[in-house]
Amino acid sequence: MSDTTQTGPIDMGNSAANDTAEKKGPMLAADGTPLKRSLNRALRRQKLRALALIAPLLIFVLLTFIAPIADMLFRSVENDIVSNTLPTTTEALEGWDHTTGEPPSEAVFEDFYFDLFLASEAKEHTKLGTRLNYEKTGVSSMFRSTGRGLDDIGDDYLDALEETDERWGDGDFWYALMSGTGTSAPEVVEARRKALARMSGDSLSGDVGFAPSNSIATLLPTTVRAYSDFAVYTALVDGDVVAEEDPWESVYVGLISDLEEANVDGYTGPEADALKAAKAALPGIEQVSLKSFFQSEDKDWVDPSVWATIQTYSPKYTSGYFLNAIDMQLTPDGIEMRPENQQIYIMLFKRTLFMSMMIMGSCILLGYPVAWLLANLPSKSANLLMILVLLPFWTSLLVRTSAWKVMLQQQGVINDVLVWLGLVSDGDRLVMINNQFGTIVAMTHILLPFMILPLYSVMQTIPPTYLRAAKSLGATNWTAFWRVYFPQSVPGIGAGSILVFILSIGYYITPEIVGGTTGTFISNRIAYHISSSLNWGLGAALGAILLACVLILYWAYDRIVGIDNVKLG
Amino acid sequence: MASTSDSEAFVAFERVQKSYDGETLVVKDLNLSMPKGEFLTMLGPSGSGKTTCLMMLAGFETATHGEIMLDGTPINNIPPHKRGIGMVFQNYALFPHMTVGENLSFPLEVRKIGKSEREKKVMRALDMVQMGDFANRRPAQLSGGQQQRIALARALVFEPELVLMDEPLGALDKQLREHMQFEITRLAHELGITTVYVTHDQTEALTMSDRVAVFNDGRIQQLAPPDTLYEEPENSFVAQFIGENNTLEGTVKEISGKTCTVQLDGGELISARPINVTKPGDRTRVSIRPERVEMNKERLQEGAHLLKAEVMEFIYMGDIFRTRLRVAGRDDFIVKTRNAPDQVRLKRGETVEIGWLPEDCRALEA
Ligand SMILES: Nc1ncnc2c1ncn2[C@@H]1O[C@H](COP(=O)(O)OP(=O)(O)O)[C@@H](O)[C@H]1O
Ligand SMILES: [Mg+2]
Repeated sequence: MSDTTQTGPIDMGNSAANDTAEKKGPMLAADGTPLKRSLNRALRRQKLRALALIAPLLIFVLLTFIAPIADMLFRSVENDIVSNTLPTTTEALEGWDHTTGEPPSEAVFEDFYFDLFLASEAKEHTKLGTRLNYEKTGVSSMFRSTGRGLDDIGDDYLDALEETDERWGDGDFWYALMSGTGTSAPEVVEARRKALARMSGDSLSGDVGFAPSNSIATLLPTTVRAYSDFAVYTALVDGDVVAEEDPWESVYVGLISDLEEANVDGYTGPEADALKAAKAALPGIEQVSLKSFFQSEDKDWVDPSVWATIQTYSPKYTSGYFLNAIDMQLTPDGIEMRPENQQIYIMLFKRTLFMSMMIMGSCILLGYPVAWLLANLPSKSANLLMILVLLPFWTSLLVRTSAWKVMLQQQGVINDVLVWLGLVSDGDRLVMINNQFGTIVAMTHILLPFMILPLYSVMQTIPPTYLRAAKSLGATNWTAFWRVYFPQSVPGIGAGSILVFILSIGYYITPEIVGGTTGTFISNRIAYHISSSLNWGLGAALGAILLACVLILYWAYDRIVGIDNVKLG
Repeated sequence: MASTSDSEAFVAFERVQKSYDGETLVVKDLNLSMPKGEFLTMLGPSGSGKTTCLMMLAGFETATHGEIMLDGTPINNIPPHKRGIGMVFQNYALFPHMTVGENLSFPLEVRKIGKSEREKKVMRALDMVQMGDFANRRPAQLSGGQQQRIALARALVFEPELVLMDEPLGALDKQLREHMQFEITRLAHELGITTVYVTHDQTEALTMSDRVAVFNDGRIQQLAPPDTLYEEPENSFVAQFIGENNTLEGTVKEISGKTCTVQLDGGELISARPINVTKPGDRTRVSIRPERVEMNKERLQEGAHLLKAEVMEFIYMGDIFRTRLRVAGRDDFIVKTRNAPDQVRLKRGETVEIGWLPEDCRALEA
């Protein structure tokens, strides 16, 4: 109340003075607060109460409707599977230029080896393969087959190391070596825990029971990384004690690679002697470059285009799904059209729009007279007719659709009648099902009530006196209808059309059953991606485009007809 | 007026009957003829069949029996749009999706009248109802009175010779209604159009019409100019329905020419003019207008019958005094007296003697 302009109490005596004061400043309520503020306060309480009343519904709608849509929209651009599964590889790839035509350097392959090893232990590498396969066919099988061969190279190194010291294969030996003495570096383990958590999507909390010493972490960084991966996985996923388990083969690969450069002479930690012996034996161990290892697993690993694809899809968000959804492709060289024989989505969108328009049009043509009858018959017969209109709602969608199949098929009722009448010869019965015609017929039947009901509710509000007035002014029946009745029923047509169009544009079950190959909608494709190909990102992108189409049409409708011209009841 | 013969009738109903359900007659044996240029009002309580008559004339209902003639030709088989009758509906029925101008040019368009001609006529019609500035408004943007004017203009714009109006002022407030009553009659007379006007408001009927047809129960009870209707009702329904009226019940004692003596049920004797009683012994209702009751004995004839009355209520109404009396056992007897300097103001409980001229008191059927 500090900003109140009026001071002092109001009494009857100086009400004249108050009147003049009120004219100058803002209007004041009886208690001296500005009128606007007290009105707002009074209204706020009402609003809060109203809000509390609708809160359950609001929460319900948010949780069950808005949230899934938001999630869908998010999925259509989300792409963190690549950078989560191959975090170091994608980072290392940043410096690589695919236009040189050369595969990436050995360092990248080394990062890739360790990323992939962890991913294959966590069984995440096949998912990544599937994801990348959407963009480049064949990648999926490369990941799957290579995942199986990752152990071989480590096993060979272990054999060589065990010749210098029997204990290289032992869990407790490794645990002692890696733990070392002096200040420890738990952040290394923590970083690997986070990487694994991101990759698997689990939170992975708990004590790993291992931390490398600072000195060993600087001396053998790759080994420590591989061992940390092993430790985190063993402790937090398998729930075993790290010291009792034999390390993964990747640890030996890391050790051999580290020993090449490490100066172990000054190292004094546990098992320093074994380490020195291994270093001394290094020249005798046959080393395989990781690049050639991958090449031997699958020669496509040295194909630069595979790596270019990985590089292109490294970012956390991608337009790739959306581009796929409109028959384009995000390639390392930029955005391109897909090859002619793979383009289907634009055609499907066009077909969906076209057929929805056809369905909408036939609903208007068939529904308008029925709605007119409903609105103008005496209430007894109108009620009967209304029951007939609503009858489809009481029958299962599947039954109705299947009934159309029976009606329209080549040995079906309609063809039989046509043949019997001699209009069609038995040899060339009409094909009326499993094509666009069948879909349009069946969907018009199913969606007709959605056209009739809004039309009826609008027509009911048009008083018959308008028609009489028009006729008394000299209009023929047709002119009276066309110039006076019809324009007033347009809001009903609008409402019905929007309903039917939006329902049909996303219809799935009927086109699936009676559409064959030429009569299916984009939603059938979405369903395929959601439930069969499991390419949810593409499904989500298609869905998002469909949603955008509907919104754009809605907007256009608003501009042309005006949305306040729509009456649903 | 009653001499209007069928040959010069512009509109004529001949033995018209109408039933909607095949069981009851909504209009029973309607006979009516109107000369050109007449303003005729159908007045009657709700449900008495007025709208039905109007709709038969307009062509939206067909007569079950009988003939309706327009300008000498039977129109039973002519569709509404060819009858050329202007109509004003109770809720105006202005087309909501057209502007005022479009509403008015609609009847001209369907008559294929050229654009410039159309615009001229629309403007003239709008000016006629003083709505010249509103051509571009939508009906929803007009007040009730304005919509009413537009409806009127639309019914007149194609210059019909006959205009039908079904309770056109029903939705307006009193002041606007009175103003529009005046406007409508003025226009009707200026343009010389024949008008059939339907209302259930007797004041409206009396002030506007050349003749009034009082409807009840599907029949015309009386068809007469307003003054005749008021002063010489032919039956007790009309007497009751038109204006305020005091009714006393009794039996005819004797009839001699233009006066009769009636013995009221309480035994009192009064004189009256026999209207539809024929012989002594007939039951009758006598009707006296409140303003024709006299309390000043000097103004009455020598030997006139007087009645004792007790004042129940005295209401000061400015220009008149309205006194409610108990007379012959009924306490709803109303007397209206002019607020003149010599007029006494009665008090509750006072007893007075009242009387009237025999010609003001009409003995009607019971
Ligand atoms: N379309 C109709 N169908 C059946 N009965 C009707 C119809 N229109 C009017 N009626 C009946 O006819 C009688 C007279 O109606 P109407 O002519 O509208 O009276 P008014 O206009 O004098 O009030 C009423 O009893 C009414 O119920
Ligand atoms: Mg009526």
